[in-house]
Amino acid sequence: MREAVITVKNMVKKFGDFVANDNLNFEVYKGEIFGFLGANGAGKTTAIRILCGLSTPTSGEMKVAGYDIYRETEKIKRNIGYMSQKFSLYEDLTINENIRFYGGIYGIKPEERKRRSKLMLDRLELTPYADRKIGDLPLGWKQKLAFSIAILHEPDIVFLDEPTGGVDPVTRRQFWNLIYEAVERGITVFVTTHYMDEAEYCDRVSIMDEGKIVVLDTPDALKKQFNAANMDEVFVKIAR
Amino acid sequence: MIKIENLKKSYSTTVALDDVSLEVKRGELFGLIGPDGAGKSTLMRILMSLLLPDSGTARLNGFDVTTQHKEVRHVTGYMPGRFSLYPDLTVEENMDFFATVFGTTVKANYDMVKDIYQQIEPFKTRRAGKLSGGMKQKLALSCALIHKPLVLILDEPTTGVDAVSRKEFWEMLKNLKAQGITIVVSTPYMDEASLCDRIALIQQGKIFSVDTPQQMAADFAEDLWAIRSPKLYPTAQKLHELPKVISVNSFGQELHLVTPKGAYSAKDISDFLTKKGETEIQIQRTEATIEDVFMLFMTQHHTTKQ
Repeated sequence: MREAVITVKNMVKKFGDFVANDNLNFEVYKGEIFGFLGANGAGKTTAIRILCGLSTPTSGEMKVAGYDIYRETEKIKRNIGYMSQKFSLYEDLTINENIRFYGGIYGIKPEERKRRSKLMLDRLELTPYADRKIGDLPLGWKQKLAFSIAILHEPDIVFLDEPTGGVDPVTRRQFWNLIYEAVERGITVFVTTHYMDEAEYCDRVSIMDEGKIVVLDTPDALKKQFNAANMDEVFVKIAR
Repeated sequence: MIKIENLKKSYSTTVALDDVSLEVKRGELFGLIGPDGAGKSTLMRILMSLLLPDSGTARLNGFDVTTQHKEVRHVTGYMPGRFSLYPDLTVEENMDFFATVFGTTVKANYDMVKDIYQQIEPFKTRRAGKLSGGMKQKLALSCALIHKPLVLILDEPTTGVDAVSRKEFWEMLKNLKAQGITIVVSTPYMDEASLCDRIALIQQGKIFSVDTPQQMAADFAEDLWAIRSPKLYPTAQKLHELPKVISVNSFGQELHLVTPKGAYSAKDISDFLTKKGETEIQIQRTEATIEDVFMLFMTQHHTTKQ
Protein backbone atom coordinates (compact mmCIF):
# COMPACT_ATOMS: atom_id res chain seq x y z
CA MET A 1 0.00 0.00 0.00
CA ARG A 2 1.47 3.32 -1.02
CA GLU A 3 1.70 6.17 1.44
CA ALA A 4 -0.91 8.88 0.89
CA VAL A 5 0.23 12.50 1.30
CA ILE A 6 -3.17 13.93 0.41
CA THR A 7 -6.41 12.29 1.56
CA VAL A 8 -9.73 13.73 0.48
CA LYS A 9 -13.01 12.28 1.77
CA ASN A 10 -16.41 13.66 0.76
CA MET A 11 -15.10 17.11 -0.02
CA VAL A 12 -17.89 19.60 -0.72
CA LYS A 13 -17.57 23.32 -1.43
CA LYS A 14 -20.59 25.50 -2.09
CA PHE A 15 -20.77 29.17 -3.01
CA GLY A 16 -24.38 29.99 -2.18
CA ASP A 17 -26.46 27.58 -4.27
CA PHE A 18 -23.56 26.78 -6.56
CA VAL A 19 -21.76 23.51 -5.82
CA ALA A 20 -18.16 23.97 -6.96
CA ASN A 21 -16.87 20.69 -5.51
CA ASP A 22 -19.45 17.95 -5.28
CA ASN A 23 -18.31 15.18 -2.96
CA LEU A 24 -14.73 14.59 -4.09
CA ASN A 25 -12.89 11.46 -2.92
CA PHE A 26 -9.27 10.72 -3.78
CA GLU A 27 -5.79 10.13 -2.49
CA VAL A 28 -2.46 11.36 -3.79
CA TYR A 29 0.54 9.13 -3.13
CA LYS A 30 3.97 10.21 -2.03
CA GLY A 31 6.34 10.90 -4.91
CA GLU A 32 3.79 10.78 -7.72
CA ILE A 33 2.82 13.30 -10.36
CA PHE A 34 -0.91 13.69 -9.99
CA GLY A 35 -2.71 15.34 -12.91
CA PHE A 36 -5.86 17.20 -11.88
CA LEU A 37 -7.73 17.84 -15.13
CA GLY A 38 -11.06 19.29 -16.08
CA ALA A 39 -12.76 21.85 -18.29
CA ASN A 40 -12.75 25.56 -17.39
CA GLY A 41 -15.10 26.06 -14.47
CA ALA A 42 -15.10 22.38 -13.44
CA GLY A 43 -13.93 23.27 -9.93
CA LYS A 44 -10.20 22.55 -10.06
CA THR A 45 -8.90 25.84 -8.68
CA THR A 46 -11.48 25.78 -5.88
CA ALA A 47 -10.26 22.34 -4.77
CA ILE A 48 -6.61 23.36 -4.98
CA ARG A 49 -7.21 26.46 -2.87
CA ILE A 50 -8.85 24.30 -0.20
CA LEU A 51 -5.99 21.79 -0.21
CA CYS A 52 -3.51 24.65 0.16
CA GLY A 53 -5.35 25.93 3.23
CA LEU A 54 -6.47 29.12 1.49
CA SER A 55 -10.19 28.39 1.53
CA THR A 56 -12.39 26.38 3.91
CA PRO A 57 -14.52 23.55 2.54
CA THR A 58 -18.23 23.38 3.27
CA SER A 59 -17.87 19.78 4.48
CA GLY A 60 -15.70 16.68 4.24
CA GLU A 61 -12.47 15.37 5.73
CA MET A 62 -9.12 16.27 4.22
CA LYS A 63 -5.52 15.81 5.19
CA VAL A 64 -2.55 17.33 3.41
CA ALA A 65 1.02 16.34 4.30
CA GLY A 66 -0.43 14.68 7.41
CA TYR A 67 -2.23 17.81 8.65
CA ASP A 68 -5.91 18.52 9.05
CA ILE A 69 -7.39 20.99 6.57
CA TYR A 70 -9.59 22.75 9.18
CA ARG A 71 -7.30 23.01 12.18
CA GLU A 72 -3.76 22.93 10.86
CA THR A 73 -3.72 25.19 7.80
CA GLU A 74 -0.57 27.02 8.94
CA LYS A 75 1.33 23.72 9.19
CA ILE A 76 0.01 22.74 5.77
CA LYS A 77 1.21 26.01 4.27
CA ARG A 78 4.70 25.44 5.64
CA ASN A 79 4.89 21.97 4.07
CA ILE A 80 3.58 22.71 0.61
CA GLY A 81 4.50 24.91 -2.32
CA TYR A 82 1.86 26.63 -4.46
CA MET A 83 2.17 28.16 -7.88
CA SER A 84 -1.11 29.85 -8.66
CA GLN A 85 -2.57 30.55 -12.07
CA LYS A 86 -2.50 34.32 -11.89
CA PHE A 87 -0.01 35.48 -9.34
CA SER A 88 3.44 34.03 -9.04
CA LEU A 89 6.19 36.51 -8.30
CA TYR A 90 6.45 40.24 -7.58
CA GLU A 91 6.94 41.92 -10.94
CA ASP A 92 8.53 45.05 -9.44
CA LEU A 93 11.16 43.10 -7.51
CA THR A 94 14.28 41.55 -9.03
CA ILE A 95 14.90 37.81 -9.16
CA ASN A 96 17.18 38.03 -6.11
CA GLU A 97 14.70 40.16 -4.18
CA ASN A 98 11.92 37.68 -4.86
CA ILE A 99 14.09 34.81 -3.64
CA ARG A 100 15.00 36.74 -0.49
CA PHE A 101 11.37 37.56 0.10
CA TYR A 102 10.16 33.97 -0.24
CA GLY A 103 13.12 32.64 1.72
CA GLY A 104 12.18 35.03 4.52
CA ILE A 105 8.49 34.02 4.47
CA TYR A 106 9.41 30.34 4.81
CA GLY A 107 12.07 31.01 7.45
CA ILE A 108 15.03 29.70 5.46
CA LYS A 109 18.25 30.87 7.10
CA PRO A 110 20.18 33.41 4.97
CA GLU A 111 23.19 31.17 4.35
CA GLU A 112 21.05 28.23 3.38
CA ARG A 113 18.95 30.49 1.20
CA LYS A 114 22.07 31.73 -0.62
CA ARG A 115 23.23 28.17 -1.18
CA ARG A 116 19.88 27.03 -2.58
CA SER A 117 19.47 30.21 -4.58
CA LYS A 118 22.85 29.71 -6.28
CA LEU A 119 22.02 26.10 -7.17
CA MET A 120 18.66 27.17 -8.51
CA LEU A 121 19.89 30.09 -10.63
CA ASP A 122 22.74 28.01 -12.05
CA ARG A 123 20.29 25.25 -12.94
CA LEU A 124 17.99 27.73 -14.71
CA GLU A 125 20.95 29.54 -16.33
CA LEU A 126 19.62 32.75 -14.85
CA THR A 127 22.61 33.73 -12.70
CA PRO A 128 23.57 36.67 -14.96
CA TYR A 129 20.03 38.06 -14.66
CA ALA A 130 19.62 37.86 -10.88
CA ASP A 131 19.25 41.64 -10.59
CA ARG A 132 16.64 41.99 -13.33
CA LYS A 133 13.10 42.84 -12.45
CA ILE A 134 10.68 39.95 -12.88
CA GLY A 135 8.39 42.16 -14.99
CA ASP A 136 11.09 42.42 -17.67
CA LEU A 137 11.47 38.65 -18.13
CA PRO A 138 9.75 36.52 -20.78
CA LEU A 139 6.81 34.44 -19.55
CA GLY A 140 8.66 31.13 -19.88
CA TRP A 141 11.49 32.29 -17.62
CA LYS A 142 9.01 33.64 -15.09
CA GLN A 143 7.17 30.34 -14.92
CA LYS A 144 10.33 28.28 -14.44
CA LEU A 145 11.49 30.70 -11.79
CA ALA A 146 8.11 30.74 -10.04
CA PHE A 147 8.17 26.94 -9.85
CA SER A 148 11.72 26.84 -8.51
CA ILE A 149 10.89 29.44 -5.86
CA ALA A 150 7.71 27.54 -4.92
CA ILE A 151 9.90 24.58 -3.96
CA LEU A 152 12.80 26.58 -2.47
CA HIS A 153 11.75 25.53 1.06
CA GLU A 154 11.73 21.87 -0.06
CA PRO A 155 8.06 21.16 0.62
CA ASP A 156 6.51 17.67 0.68
CA ILE A 157 3.99 18.62 -2.00
CA VAL A 158 3.85 21.29 -4.68
CA PHE A 159 0.56 22.46 -6.23
CA LEU A 160 0.82 23.81 -9.76
CA ASP A 161 -2.27 25.48 -11.20
CA GLU A 162 -1.86 25.66 -15.00
CA PRO A 163 1.86 26.37 -14.82
CA THR A 164 2.41 26.12 -18.58
CA GLY A 165 -0.55 28.12 -19.91
CA GLY A 166 0.57 30.19 -22.90
CA VAL A 167 4.15 28.91 -22.77
CA ASP A 168 5.87 27.80 -26.00
CA PRO A 169 6.53 24.08 -26.69
CA VAL A 170 10.24 24.20 -25.93
CA THR A 171 9.83 25.99 -22.62
CA ARG A 172 6.94 23.70 -21.65
CA ARG A 173 9.24 20.72 -21.92
CA GLN A 174 11.97 22.47 -19.96
CA PHE A 175 9.35 23.12 -17.30
CA TRP A 176 8.43 19.45 -17.18
CA ASN A 177 12.10 18.52 -16.77
CA LEU A 178 12.08 20.69 -13.64
CA ILE A 179 9.01 18.78 -12.44
CA TYR A 180 10.78 15.44 -12.96
CA GLU A 181 13.82 16.71 -11.06
CA ALA A 182 11.60 17.77 -8.17
CA VAL A 183 10.02 14.31 -8.13
CA GLU A 184 13.46 12.73 -8.00
CA ARG A 185 14.13 14.80 -4.89
CA GLY A 186 11.01 13.27 -3.30
CA ILE A 187 8.52 16.10 -3.87
CA THR A 188 4.95 15.07 -4.74
CA VAL A 189 3.51 17.08 -7.64
CA PHE A 190 -0.15 18.03 -7.99
CA VAL A 191 -0.67 19.73 -11.35
CA THR A 192 -3.46 21.07 -13.57
CA THR A 193 -3.06 21.64 -17.29
CA HIS A 194 -5.00 22.12 -20.51
CA TYR A 195 -2.26 20.50 -22.59
CA MET A 196 -3.26 16.89 -23.06
CA ASP A 197 0.26 15.76 -23.98
CA GLU A 198 1.20 16.85 -20.46
CA ALA A 199 -1.57 14.65 -19.06
CA GLU A 200 0.41 11.71 -20.49
CA TYR A 201 3.38 12.68 -18.29
CA CYS A 202 1.40 12.21 -15.07
CA ASP A 203 1.49 8.98 -13.06
CA ARG A 204 -2.24 9.23 -12.42
CA VAL A 205 -4.87 11.57 -13.74
CA SER A 206 -8.28 12.63 -12.49
CA ILE A 207 -10.78 14.39 -14.73
CA MET A 208 -13.40 16.68 -13.23
CA ASP A 209 -16.66 17.77 -14.80
CA GLU A 210 -19.22 20.05 -13.16
CA GLY A 211 -17.69 19.72 -9.71
CA LYS A 212 -17.35 15.92 -9.73
CA ILE A 213 -14.41 13.63 -10.38
CA VAL A 214 -15.57 11.49 -13.30
CA VAL A 215 -12.52 9.25 -13.65
CA LEU A 216 -9.23 8.68 -11.85
CA ASP A 217 -6.58 6.28 -13.10
CA THR A 218 -3.25 6.01 -14.91
CA PRO A 219 -3.20 7.52 -18.42
CA ASP A 220 -2.75 4.02 -19.91
CA ALA A 221 -5.74 2.60 -18.07
CA LEU A 222 -7.92 5.57 -19.09
CA LYS A 223 -6.94 5.21 -22.75
CA LYS A 224 -7.91 1.53 -22.59
CA GLN A 225 -11.17 2.22 -20.76
CA PHE A 226 -12.27 4.83 -23.31
CA ASN A 227 -10.78 3.04 -26.28
CA ALA A 228 -8.82 6.20 -27.07
CA ALA A 229 -5.46 6.71 -28.82
CA ASN A 230 -4.36 9.46 -26.46
CA MET A 231 -5.44 11.56 -23.47
CA ASP A 232 -6.88 14.26 -25.72
CA GLU A 233 -9.50 11.79 -26.97
CA VAL A 234 -10.21 10.63 -23.42
CA PHE A 235 -10.73 14.22 -22.30
CA VAL A 236 -13.01 15.11 -25.19
CA LYS A 237 -15.13 12.00 -24.60
CA ILE A 238 -15.62 12.92 -20.95
CA ALA A 239 -15.95 16.69 -21.09
CA ARG A 240 -18.13 17.07 -24.17
CA MET B 1 -5.94 42.38 -47.31
CA ILE B 2 -2.94 43.07 -45.08
CA LYS B 3 0.37 44.26 -46.46
CA ILE B 4 3.26 44.78 -44.08
CA GLU B 5 6.57 46.20 -45.30
CA ASN B 6 9.80 46.53 -43.34
CA LEU B 7 8.19 47.13 -39.97
CA LYS B 8 10.56 47.98 -37.15
CA LYS B 9 9.73 48.59 -33.51
CA SER B 10 11.96 48.84 -30.46
CA TYR B 11 11.21 49.37 -26.78
CA SER B 12 14.26 51.23 -25.43
CA THR B 13 17.02 48.67 -26.08
CA THR B 14 14.79 45.69 -26.90
CA VAL B 15 14.09 45.09 -30.57
CA ALA B 16 10.51 43.81 -30.76
CA LEU B 17 10.14 43.79 -34.54
CA ASP B 18 13.17 43.61 -36.78
CA ASP B 19 12.30 44.43 -40.38
CA VAL B 20 9.12 42.40 -40.72
CA SER B 21 7.39 42.06 -44.09
CA LEU B 22 4.32 39.95 -44.64
CA GLU B 23 1.17 39.68 -46.72
CA VAL B 24 -2.12 38.17 -45.66
CA LYS B 25 -4.66 37.43 -48.38
CA ARG B 26 -8.34 38.24 -48.26
CA GLY B 27 -10.28 35.46 -46.57
CA GLU B 28 -7.20 33.76 -45.22
CA LEU B 29 -6.86 32.19 -41.77
CA PHE B 30 -3.30 33.19 -40.93
CA GLY B 31 -1.32 32.03 -37.87
CA LEU B 32 1.51 33.87 -36.12
CA ILE B 33 3.56 31.25 -34.34
CA GLY B 34 6.44 32.06 -32.06
CA PRO B 35 7.66 31.85 -28.48
CA ASP B 36 6.78 34.33 -25.81
CA GLY B 37 8.41 37.68 -26.47
CA ALA B 38 8.90 36.96 -30.18
CA GLY B 39 7.00 40.09 -31.20
CA LYS B 40 3.58 38.65 -32.06
CA SER B 41 1.55 40.97 -29.83
CA THR B 42 3.56 44.01 -30.93
CA LEU B 43 2.83 43.19 -34.56
CA MET B 44 -0.87 42.77 -33.82
CA ARG B 45 -1.06 46.05 -31.92
CA ILE B 46 0.58 47.90 -34.80
CA LEU B 47 -1.93 46.33 -37.21
CA MET B 48 -4.73 47.51 -34.92
CA SER B 49 -3.24 51.06 -35.00
CA LEU B 50 -2.83 50.89 -31.22
CA LEU B 51 0.93 51.24 -31.45
CA LEU B 52 3.10 53.19 -33.88
CA PRO B 53 6.02 51.48 -35.60
CA ASP B 54 9.47 53.13 -35.58
CA SER B 55 9.62 52.68 -39.35
CA GLY B 56 8.02 50.70 -42.15
CA THR B 57 4.41 50.57 -43.28
CA ALA B 58 1.39 48.38 -42.75
CA ARG B 59 -1.82 48.60 -44.74
CA LEU B 60 -5.07 46.94 -43.88
CA ASN B 61 -7.70 46.86 -46.61
CA GLY B 62 -5.64 49.65 -48.18
CA PHE B 63 -5.71 51.86 -45.07
CA ASP B 64 -2.41 52.98 -43.58
CA VAL B 65 -2.31 51.96 -39.90
CA THR B 66 -0.31 55.04 -38.89
CA THR B 67 -2.38 57.74 -40.60
CA GLN B 68 -5.83 56.20 -41.06
CA HIS B 69 -6.47 54.67 -37.68
CA LYS B 70 -10.20 55.47 -37.72
CA GLU B 71 -10.72 53.58 -40.96
CA VAL B 72 -8.51 50.73 -39.77
CA ARG B 73 -10.44 50.28 -36.55
CA HIS B 74 -13.76 50.26 -38.38
CA VAL B 75 -12.78 47.30 -40.51
CA THR B 76 -11.01 45.27 -37.83
CA GLY B 77 -12.11 43.36 -34.76
CA TYR B 78 -9.55 42.67 -32.05
CA MET B 79 -9.27 40.24 -29.15
CA PRO B 80 -6.27 41.20 -27.02
CA GLY B 81 -4.30 38.59 -25.10
CA ARG B 82 -5.82 39.54 -21.78
CA PHE B 83 -9.54 39.56 -21.12
CA SER B 84 -10.36 43.22 -21.75
CA LEU B 85 -14.11 43.53 -21.50
CA TYR B 86 -15.76 45.36 -18.65
CA PRO B 87 -16.09 42.83 -15.81
CA ASP B 88 -18.68 44.97 -13.99
CA LEU B 89 -20.96 45.18 -17.01
CA THR B 90 -23.25 42.32 -17.94
CA VAL B 91 -22.85 40.26 -21.10
CA GLU B 92 -25.61 42.30 -22.75
CA GLU B 93 -24.18 45.66 -21.61
CA ASN B 94 -20.75 44.82 -22.98
CA MET B 95 -22.29 43.96 -26.35
CA ASP B 96 -24.33 47.18 -26.41
CA PHE B 97 -21.28 49.19 -25.44
CA PHE B 98 -19.10 47.88 -28.25
CA ALA B 99 -21.91 48.21 -30.78
CA THR B 100 -22.54 51.83 -29.74
CA VAL B 101 -18.85 52.76 -29.93
CA PHE B 102 -18.93 51.72 -33.58
CA GLY B 103 -22.19 53.55 -34.24
CA THR B 104 -24.34 50.47 -34.66
CA THR B 105 -26.63 48.27 -32.56
CA VAL B 106 -26.60 44.63 -31.54
CA LYS B 107 -29.95 44.24 -33.31
CA ALA B 108 -28.69 45.65 -36.63
CA ASN B 109 -25.72 43.27 -36.78
CA TYR B 110 -27.22 40.33 -34.93
CA ASP B 111 -26.80 37.97 -37.89
CA MET B 112 -23.04 38.50 -37.73
CA VAL B 113 -22.66 37.31 -34.13
CA LYS B 114 -25.72 35.06 -33.90
CA ASP B 115 -24.00 31.65 -33.98
CA ILE B 116 -21.54 32.58 -31.24
CA TYR B 117 -23.63 34.96 -29.16
CA GLN B 118 -26.56 32.53 -28.93
CA GLN B 119 -24.35 30.21 -26.86
CA ILE B 120 -23.96 32.84 -24.13
CA GLU B 121 -27.28 34.62 -24.51
CA PRO B 122 -28.91 32.58 -21.71
CA PHE B 123 -26.43 34.33 -19.39
CA LYS B 124 -26.90 37.83 -20.82
CA THR B 125 -27.69 39.37 -17.45
CA ARG B 126 -24.59 37.92 -15.83
CA ARG B 127 -21.60 40.20 -15.23
CA ALA B 128 -18.75 39.49 -17.62
CA GLY B 129 -16.31 39.07 -14.73
CA LYS B 130 -18.37 36.14 -13.44
CA LEU B 131 -18.28 34.10 -16.66
CA SER B 132 -16.22 30.94 -17.07
CA GLY B 133 -13.13 31.05 -19.30
CA GLY B 134 -14.89 29.55 -22.30
CA MET B 135 -17.83 31.93 -22.04
CA LYS B 136 -15.60 34.99 -21.62
CA GLN B 137 -13.88 34.03 -24.81
CA LYS B 138 -17.16 33.72 -26.70
CA LEU B 139 -18.27 37.11 -25.40
CA ALA B 140 -14.95 38.69 -26.38
CA LEU B 141 -15.29 37.26 -29.88
CA SER B 142 -18.90 38.48 -30.13
CA CYS B 143 -17.81 42.00 -29.07
CA ALA B 144 -14.98 41.94 -31.63
CA LEU B 145 -17.47 41.00 -34.36
CA ILE B 146 -20.40 43.27 -33.56
CA HIS B 147 -19.38 46.02 -36.02
CA LYS B 148 -19.02 43.55 -38.92
CA PRO B 149 -15.26 43.80 -39.40
CA LEU B 150 -13.48 42.54 -42.50
CA VAL B 151 -10.48 41.43 -40.49
CA LEU B 152 -10.22 39.75 -37.10
CA ILE B 153 -7.02 40.00 -35.09
CA LEU B 154 -6.88 37.48 -32.26
CA ASP B 155 -3.99 37.50 -29.81
CA GLU B 156 -3.73 34.06 -28.18
CA PRO B 157 -7.50 33.64 -27.92
CA THR B 158 -7.28 30.10 -26.53
CA THR B 159 -4.55 30.43 -23.91
CA GLY B 160 -5.83 28.97 -20.64
CA VAL B 161 -8.84 27.45 -22.37
CA ASP B 162 -9.63 23.74 -22.01
CA ALA B 163 -9.27 21.24 -24.86
CA VAL B 164 -12.98 20.99 -25.63
CA SER B 165 -13.61 24.75 -25.67
CA ARG B 166 -10.54 25.18 -27.87
CA LYS B 167 -12.00 22.80 -30.44
CA GLU B 168 -15.31 24.68 -30.35
CA PHE B 169 -13.49 27.99 -30.77
CA TRP B 170 -11.71 26.78 -33.90
CA GLU B 171 -15.03 25.57 -35.31
CA MET B 172 -16.28 29.15 -34.88
CA LEU B 173 -13.21 30.53 -36.64
CA LYS B 174 -13.79 28.16 -39.55
CA ASN B 175 -17.38 29.44 -39.86
CA LEU B 176 -16.21 33.05 -39.80
CA LYS B 177 -13.65 32.29 -42.46
CA ALA B 178 -16.39 30.72 -44.57
CA GLN B 179 -18.19 34.09 -44.38
CA GLY B 180 -15.15 35.71 -45.97
CA ILE B 181 -13.56 37.26 -42.89
CA THR B 182 -9.77 37.47 -42.88
CA ILE B 183 -8.34 36.18 -39.61
CA VAL B 184 -4.90 36.69 -38.08
CA VAL B 185 -4.41 34.58 -34.96
CA SER B 186 -1.51 33.82 -32.65
CA THR B 187 -1.34 30.70 -30.50
CA PRO B 188 1.04 28.73 -28.31
CA TYR B 189 -0.84 25.50 -29.21
CA MET B 190 0.86 23.78 -32.12
CA ASP B 191 -2.17 21.63 -32.96
CA GLU B 192 -3.98 24.91 -33.69
CA ALA B 193 -1.18 26.11 -35.97
CA SER B 194 -1.94 23.16 -38.23
CA LEU B 195 -5.53 24.41 -38.64
CA CYS B 196 -4.40 27.67 -40.29
CA ASP B 197 -4.22 28.21 -44.07
CA ARG B 198 -0.72 29.63 -43.72
CA ILE B 199 1.54 30.32 -40.79
CA ALA B 200 4.56 32.54 -40.10
CA LEU B 201 7.25 31.38 -37.70
CA ILE B 202 8.47 34.36 -35.73
CA GLN B 203 11.39 34.54 -33.31
CA GLN B 204 13.16 37.54 -31.76
CA GLY B 205 11.24 39.99 -33.92
CA LYS B 206 12.07 38.30 -37.23
CA ILE B 207 9.92 36.21 -39.52
CA PHE B 208 11.84 33.11 -40.54
CA SER B 209 9.41 31.30 -42.70
CA VAL B 210 5.91 31.66 -44.13
CA ASP B 211 4.09 28.70 -45.66
CA THR B 212 1.17 26.32 -45.32
CA PRO B 213 1.49 24.12 -42.23
CA GLN B 214 1.39 21.03 -44.48
CA GLN B 215 4.33 22.26 -46.55
CA MET B 216 6.33 23.24 -43.48
CA ALA B 217 5.86 19.78 -42.02
CA ALA B 218 6.77 18.16 -45.36
CA ASP B 219 9.95 20.27 -45.53
CA PHE B 220 11.28 18.86 -42.24
CA ALA B 221 14.85 18.22 -43.28
CA GLU B 222 16.13 15.78 -40.63
CA ASP B 223 15.24 12.24 -39.57
CA LEU B 224 12.48 12.00 -37.01
CA TRP B 225 11.89 8.95 -34.81
CA ALA B 226 9.04 8.11 -32.46
CA ILE B 227 10.26 6.06 -29.52
CA ARG B 228 8.30 4.33 -26.80
CA SER B 229 9.60 2.74 -23.63
CA PRO B 230 8.15 1.87 -20.22
CA LYS B 231 9.77 4.94 -18.61
CA LEU B 232 10.24 7.81 -21.04
CA TYR B 233 12.24 10.22 -18.88
CA PRO B 234 15.31 7.96 -18.32
CA THR B 235 15.17 6.85 -21.96
CA ALA B 236 15.25 10.50 -23.04
CA GLN B 237 18.28 11.16 -20.85
CA LYS B 238 20.14 8.27 -22.51
CA LEU B 239 19.20 9.48 -25.98
CA HIS B 240 20.80 12.83 -25.23
CA GLU B 241 24.11 10.93 -25.19
CA LEU B 242 23.63 9.66 -28.74
CA PRO B 243 26.68 11.19 -30.54
CA LYS B 244 24.87 12.99 -33.38
CA VAL B 245 21.62 13.74 -31.61
CA ILE B 246 19.94 17.04 -32.55
CA SER B 247 17.13 16.92 -30.03
CA VAL B 248 15.02 14.64 -27.87
CA ASN B 249 11.59 15.78 -26.78
CA SER B 250 8.64 14.17 -25.10
CA PHE B 251 5.47 14.11 -27.20
CA GLY B 252 2.77 12.80 -24.93
CA GLN B 253 3.18 9.05 -24.66
CA GLU B 254 6.28 8.89 -26.86
CA LEU B 255 9.62 10.60 -27.43
CA HIS B 256 10.55 12.33 -30.65
CA LEU B 257 14.21 12.01 -31.52
CA VAL B 258 15.71 14.19 -34.24
CA THR B 259 18.94 13.04 -35.90
CA PRO B 260 20.74 14.33 -39.02
CA LYS B 261 19.34 12.94 -42.28
CA GLY B 262 20.75 9.47 -42.94
CA ALA B 263 22.94 9.42 -39.80
CA TYR B 264 21.28 6.45 -38.12
CA SER B 265 19.00 3.52 -38.82
CA ALA B 266 16.29 2.39 -36.39
CA LYS B 267 18.55 -0.55 -35.51
CA ASP B 268 21.48 1.79 -34.69
CA ILE B 269 19.36 3.68 -32.19
CA SER B 270 17.79 0.55 -30.75
CA ASP B 271 21.26 -1.02 -30.30
CA PHE B 272 22.52 2.14 -28.63
CA LEU B 273 19.66 2.07 -26.12
CA THR B 274 20.01 -1.68 -25.48
CA LYS B 275 23.69 -1.16 -24.70
CA LYS B 276 22.66 1.51 -22.20
CA GLY B 277 20.43 -1.03 -20.46
CA GLU B 278 17.03 -0.04 -21.91
CA THR B 279 14.47 -2.78 -22.58
CA GLU B 280 11.10 -2.96 -24.34
CA ILE B 281 12.01 -0.18 -26.75
CA GLN B 282 9.76 0.53 -29.73
CA ILE B 283 11.19 2.75 -32.42
CA GLN B 284 9.86 3.87 -35.77
CA ARG B 285 10.14 6.71 -38.23
CA THR B 286 7.41 9.25 -37.98
CA GLU B 287 6.03 12.22 -39.92
CA ALA B 288 6.82 15.65 -38.55
CA THR B 289 4.03 17.72 -37.04
CA ILE B 290 4.08 21.51 -36.79
CA GLU B 291 5.25 21.10 -33.21
CA ASP B 292 8.34 19.21 -34.45
CA VAL B 293 8.97 21.90 -37.05
CA PHE B 294 8.63 24.65 -34.49
CA MET B 295 10.91 22.97 -31.98
CA LEU B 296 13.60 22.26 -34.55
CA PHE B 297 13.34 25.87 -35.67
CA MET B 298 13.74 27.03 -32.06
CA THR B 299 16.75 24.77 -31.56
CA GLN B 300 18.42 26.04 -34.73
CA HIS B 301 17.64 29.72 -34.18
CA HIS B 302 18.34 29.72 -30.50
CA THR B 303 20.72 32.63 -30.11
CA THR B 304 22.14 33.45 -26.70
CA LYS B 305 19.62 34.53 -24.10
CA GLN B 306 19.76 38.27 -23.57
